[in-house]
Amino acid sequence: MPLLSTLARLEAVRAGHARPLATVRHRHLGAEPLVLVPLTTAGEAGAPLGAMLGTDRHEPRILVIPQPRDRDLRWEFLGELARLLMPHIESYADAVEPAERTETDPETGRKTKVEAELCVDAPQIVVPSRAGIEYVRLLGRSMRFRRTAEEDPENPYPAPSQVPLLGRWFTHLAERSRVPGSSMLLAATDLLSRHWATGQSNLEDQHLGSLLAWISPPEGVTGAEWALRMELGRDQDGQLLCPPAGPATDPAFDNRLLAPAIAKFDAARASGGPRDGDAVRLAERAVRKLVVSQMENTWWQTWEAIDLLRTLPPGERTEERWTRDRWSFTGHRDRVRAGEPPQPRRDDAVTAAQKLATRETEQVRLDAQEALDDPLVMAGRRFAGEAFAGEVTEVAMEWSEGKRPRPRPLLTVATEDRPQLADEGGGKVFRSLDGRQQAFEFVRREEDGQLVLRVLDKMGAGREPVAGSVPEKGDRVCWTLFEHDARGGPKLPDPENTPWTHGGPPGSATAPALDAVTDEDLL
Amino acid sequence: MSVADGTLPPVSSYPPSGPPQTTTLRQRLADLRGPAVPPRPLDARALAALAANPGCGRRALLDGAGVDKTALAAALGTPAAFGQSQFAIVRGNSFEAKVKGDGGAELLRLVHARLGAGAEPPGSDARVPDLTAAGPEGRAARTALALREATAARTWTLLDHPMLALEVAGTPAYLEPDAVVVHPDGRWTVVEIKSFPMIDGAADAAKVGAAARQAAVYVLALEQTAAKLSGAEVGHRVLLVCPKDFSNLPTAEPVDVRRERAVTRRQLDRLTRIEDLAAGLPEGLCFDPSRTAEELTEAVSAVSAAYAPECLAACELAFHCRERSRAAGDPAALGRSVRGELGGLGSIEEALAAASGAGPDGDPTAEALHQAARLRAEALELAAARPPYQAPETPECPC
Amino acid sequence: MTTAFDPGAAADRATAAILHDTLHGRERGVVVDSPPGAGKSTLVVRAARELAAAGRRLMVVAQTNAQVDDLVLRLAAKDPELKVGRLHSSDADAYDPALRELPSVTLSARPADLAELPVTISTAAKWAYVKAEPWEHAIVDEAYQMRSDALLAVAGLFERALFVGDPGQLDPFSVVGAEQWAGLSYDPSASAVSTLLAHNPQLPQHRLPVSWRLPATAAPLVSRAFYPYSQFRSGTGPGERRLAYGVASDGSGPDRVLDEAAEAGWGLLELPARHTPRTDPEAVGAVALVVRRALDRGAVTSDEQSPVPAPLTPSRIAVGTAHRDQAAAVRSALASLGVSGVTVDTANRLQGREYDLTVVLHPLSGRPDATAFHLETGRLCVLASRHRHACVVVARAGIAELLDDHPSTEPVRLGATAGRPTTRSSPTWPNTAWPGGRRAIPSRAGGGPRIRGRATRRR
Repeated sequence: MPLLSTLARLEAVRAGHARPLATVRHRHLGAEPLVLVPLTTAGEAGAPLGAMLGTDRHEPRILVIPQPRDRDLRWEFLGELARLLMPHIESYADAVEPAERTETDPETGRKTKVEAELCVDAPQIVVPSRAGIEYVRLLGRSMRFRRTAEEDPENPYPAPSQVPLLGRWFTHLAERSRVPGSSMLLAATDLLSRHWATGQSNLEDQHLGSLLAWISPPEGVTGAEWALRMELGRDQDGQLLCPPAGPATDPAFDNRLLAPAIAKFDAARASGGPRDGDAVRLAERAVRKLVVSQMENTWWQTWEAIDLLRTLPPGERTEERWTRDRWSFTGHRDRVRAGEPPQPRRDDAVTAAQKLATRETEQVRLDAQEALDDPLVMAGRRFAGEAFAGEVTEVAMEWSEGKRPRPRPLLTVATEDRPQLADEGGGKVFRSLDGRQQAFEFVRREEDGQLVLRVLDKMGAGREPVAGSVPEKGDRVCWTLFEHDARGGPKLPDPENTPWTHGGPPGSATAPALDAVTDEDLL
Repeated sequence: MSVADGTLPPVSSYPPSGPPQTTTLRQRLADLRGPAVPPRPLDARALAALAANPGCGRRALLDGAGVDKTALAAALGTPAAFGQSQFAIVRGNSFEAKVKGDGGAELLRLVHARLGAGAEPPGSDARVPDLTAAGPEGRAARTALALREATAARTWTLLDHPMLALEVAGTPAYLEPDAVVVHPDGRWTVVEIKSFPMIDGAADAAKVGAAARQAAVYVLALEQTAAKLSGAEVGHRVLLVCPKDFSNLPTAEPVDVRRERAVTRRQLDRLTRIEDLAAGLPEGLCFDPSRTAEELTEAVSAVSAAYAPECLAACELAFHCRERSRAAGDPAALGRSVRGELGGLGSIEEALAAASGAGPDGDPTAEALHQAARLRAEALELAAARPPYQAPETPECPC
Repeated sequence: MTTAFDPGAAADRATAAILHDTLHGRERGVVVDSPPGAGKSTLVVRAARELAAAGRRLMVVAQTNAQVDDLVLRLAAKDPELKVGRLHSSDADAYDPALRELPSVTLSARPADLAELPVTISTAAKWAYVKAEPWEHAIVDEAYQMRSDALLAVAGLFERALFVGDPGQLDPFSVVGAEQWAGLSYDPSASAVSTLLAHNPQLPQHRLPVSWRLPATAAPLVSRAFYPYSQFRSGTGPGERRLAYGVASDGSGPDRVLDEAAEAGWGLLELPARHTPRTDPEAVGAVALVVRRALDRGAVTSDEQSPVPAPLTPSRIAVGTAHRDQAAAVRSALASLGVSGVTVDTANRLQGREYDLTVVLHPLSGRPDATAFHLETGRLCVLASRHRHACVVVARAGIAELLDDHPSTEPVRLGATAGRPTTRSSPTWPNTAWPGGRRAIPSRAGGGPRIRGRATRRR
């Protein structure tokens, strides 16, 4: 943890409540985020127990499986989930705006601008915790290879329509969530802990209830006290006052309450009554009530987290990153529409390398943008010697040599910061000028510690610099040692040209075998 | 069978007698435990957990003395939150039964397929010896005999729930792996059956790690037996058997446990320090859970702990230690890395003092904290000077 | 020690086999493991010349611009006639200006300008942007430090390749999570060699058996600790390398540890146990003082090449640290002692470099906890294998205890070791022996520094 964040944690310990880690909101929050609270059954992979979802906190859609081991009930659940979610996702697919995309011409290797469609907005799903994101990924994996009756009439266990489609979208959202700064699938705990430091450890911050307690405890209680109650408090029956944010449930809940209720449901069904008979319905309702009692709290907490985030002004560059999410959404929409097969079980060599390259680029971009948007983040970079703020104490006009001399003014800057610049000079530093990056050359460090910088660009085409393009004496300016935008990496070969060092093209002798749907994929 | 969260059922009983040279230590440990309290036997999970926080003297002593930490934690008023859902247990048991069904044919097939090293596949001559015997010592002896016979017979043999003895600080501990397979070439392979899934050939790395550390304990125990037998060799690659994808069909992957084995070996050797720890304690100290919370708190605090948040997932006493650690303002309560960053500043108080400029002269961490505090304050001031932000209308939160 | 081992002959045999497989082998690739100072650069230069002489159009891939420039200079020095292209980026200071003085070297940022030359050298990053007809042969230098995805980007440019690297040094890494691909043969964040061998296990693998850099006191220890599966030996025997001082010891800690190091090849200057900040002023001061005393005492070295003792100059001394701020603190401590010209850098930047005397600030010194970063064996290996004569380690007491108390709860990824070449096996923590670091520490009154050499040394 950077020392500045550690300091914020220490302050939180002393204060008894959370302290800010950011002064603006660093993630996009759309007008209509969809909250999804999934629960799963212990011990079984991809056996959902229930879900609460929706864009209106007062009208959640609630799905519960009264017997999670029953395949038919599971199908019903997944079918219903797809029926609720797919229209939401698809509602973003048709509102488009014209945009330009850079493509590489396969013949010449040149980059050219191409007219393209860009969805004006994209869906945004907020789950309670990081485990929730992993669960979305798991559900995506369990659904995307399924075949519907339409696709495969011979299939003895056809999936309800739209289930494979939701599987592909869940997979896409979960993969996208691994891109730094992306906001299509977010965890409430990540959102909160990005913006506030608590007086507990990172590990304890994974608990949504206690994290929220540190940030906004009820009147008259300290965050520390309330967090402890949220984490450990139990009622007289031994049930947690704040059930876990899932998808796993509390073992005490499973053993004392849920298991008997499910057993009753099984018994009611076994007694031969009709599915909609009173006994079965009553038993089903009892399970439902229990499962809802475990999700409800988390549902409200997730909305509270969103509300807290909305109290922060959005960082200027979050929209630029959201545009990348919109491109990602549009791209996946196009792949689905073009009838491409679902994402494979494992990435091929080229796709893996491409994803890693994208994430590295986006990490650099995110680090730069958060610092430029937020003085508190910039403070951390200044502390690390990767940026410095100072006052211009002197400006001396100079010009470049040559037939058409250009302005190359020299600035002297006084700063208390300790940027990692070589004493002998050299290297570039940058500042943001109306949102654009202006470059300076670091010339030297004066004996009294002042820095001498030379302005290199953004001063117009004339002999005299454009007004406002050169800092003036007395100006306080923040420079960075890092560039303000990230450069993407080189183009990788197409998968069909995977080189021999990496197993050759997919399908060749040494390459991993192609996916086939096997029996094990059926529950 | 051990299930998803890496717990193991406790081993049947504690050895009734031990080598004479440790009698004094054993008496001392019994006194610490409380005269009427039976020792909690050391199982593979407890032994594997020696490596989870080896710097913690409190844990080493309590485990070494066979103190029931769950009962102790409850008596201290900070009960542990460990528990297992019966859904997981049921699922785990049914999966293990499926894996071992049909006379172990499927399990032997998996071992052959993944670690067979070119041997003939197991056929109808494969053996599954009966290992039942009275008491852990009897079962361990029966297992040792079965291992000898199987190694001599040069045929595929499945030992279902064998009992292994491992000497820990002079006392034998009895351990029960899910299965051990003897290969025709005399190699012994430890099999761990877990109910977390392997999806597309990958599994939860934290759970695989826990399984590997447990398996390493079994490997160590088997090595003691193998050392006395010519032609026997314990494989350092164990077989992890899990459900494949979303089904309940088994699939398996070899896991190299050399690293875990080396670490556990080293920590077992260090257990002798329990003697030093015990020797340093005042007379009459006792961890008997029937004592009052105050007495127990005092007793526990006589042994120094090394609390870190990771303990919450690994030790029954963690909530108690956390409480003490927080009360003492120990930076490690915020994470091991935090303590590392604060260098010589031993408490949160000291660190905050340093941030305000009142730190020790010439201490680079104190200076860095002061500088960090200056930058942080400057940035927060700048943000506070902005015009207030009007959040767009959102519906009232009714909670 | 008497032995029939002839290091020169062993090295020649290995080189001959490597060149034979490279020039006449049937496989598309050859992998060479090269321990510290085993003549990797010499091998690369020789292979480049022989490939060029055989008329094979050759591209050379190195990882950093400094490595590329170094290779170009070596090639030009060895063979001033050989036409070499240095492909560089369009940045202002893309290459060493000294290259401009070399008549046989063509510098360009455009691959087309260099297309006709027999040898073209550049970084992996620059090669990744090149679109051209494949080269007949490539030499990939520092292949263990190259990431798998970087190899993917350039592998289409060559038909066959010689991969050379040091398996014991720092692994490549990624700043973002890459766990989802762990265990895949082509994990993009893994080393290029592990991917290459996972897909082409039949490729011939060689190793250079002799370290010409490390003295007889260092090679066995470094080999055992960091190269357990590809042992190597020192090219020099005991006593062939000598470090001596013109001025006798003043009895101080730094002087005694220097004497110890001169005699044993290693010296540990142990400060009293204490939790300290990373830039522990006492330890930093001790490092600087050791350097200063080595110079003040008129250290001289003699070796197999020049038996006449020559003064140890600042440029032949390096200080190695784990962190940049530690390096900065040592630099300023040296400056305040009036010492200049000594290299002070992190393990990362010392990779591939060689000095007579090194002074190392132990990565775990004064730490309350170890982290994966500090335990990375590659980092220790780099720090412990830069010297030709002696290495002095400065550390707080208590490292052995710290290692014993280090939690071992690492996650394990299925299949993650399957793709690794057999030669790449780091020793297991906490069992790695840092020179002298794991010995039982005798109790000692008083708080002053303590000096220890290799515990196994013979008097």
